[in-house]
Amino acid sequence: MVAFALVMISFYLLGSVAVIASILVIAQRNPIYSVLLLIASFGALSGLYVLLDAPFAAAIQIIVYAGAIMVLFLFVVMLLNAPHEDTEHDLRVHPLMRVGPMGFGVVLSLVLVAELVVALSAGREPGSFSGGSTSSVAAIGRALFTEYQFAFEVTSILILVAMVGAVVLAKKESR
Amino acid sequence: MPSLSHYLVLSAILFSIGTAGVFVRRNLITILLSIEIMLNAVNLSFVAFGRALGTADGQIIVFFVMTVAAAEAAVGLAIVIGLFRHRESLNPDMFTSLKW
Repeated sequence: MVAFALVMISFYLLGSVAVIASILVIAQRNPIYSVLLLIASFGALSGLYVLLDAPFAAAIQIIVYAGAIMVLFLFVVMLLNAPHEDTEHDLRVHPLMRVGPMGFGVVLSLVLVAELVVALSAGREPGSFSGGSTSSVAAIGRALFTEYQFAFEVTSILILVAMVGAVVLAKKESR
Repeated sequence: MPSLSHYLVLSAILFSIGTAGVFVRRNLITILLSIEIMLNAVNLSFVAFGRALGTADGQIIVFFVMTVAAAEAAVGLAIVIGLFRHRESLNPDMFTSLKW
């Protein structure tokens, strides 16, 4: 009973950290803070994966996402030396407080949240998770190299294409 | 214990935050970060569904989504660098040459 309550408390704790950090990501003027807050959000998500009995997803969330992709973002933010958002007309207006089509975007996403919550609560409650976990890392590795082998190999080609494409796109034009 | 619906509602909230970021922000890097938030919300629902069904497939899909996200981030940031070199700006409103 105590263990169940502990899981519930950690779910709400990690979930609120993820939501608050994500809101702050899109509320920051300075992209460096946005990237760092997104790393915090990914850390909370990794904790949620642990609660979901998915240690493999939790590990690659930290190693690949927070460790590799976010460092790439951080490199580019620091490289471009344009940390602040272009608010040429009014510097005092917060990026989330501007009127016009952007206000429409906020309203649209609020409607999306409301719709999803209603749709999810209207459906049949699946209740708590049942059954033992089958998500050991060994099982994932076995499935990845047998059942999903083709997709796995195609992924390597995707990475290669992305690498070559990034080099070609970011190369200085020589005329 | 949190149920599947708990995780799906959390995933919906995170996805909507990402959507709002894409709509609201006028900074190419923040827009890419919002897309990452959306991808992670989808990952969370994949893992929750995989746990509910008792299979490891959810985590395998997460692996592939992360690979695609890495490729997307690399190419997207290369495009951002190229655009910044042309216009000295990250505001998407500056890049309207293809607009009719």
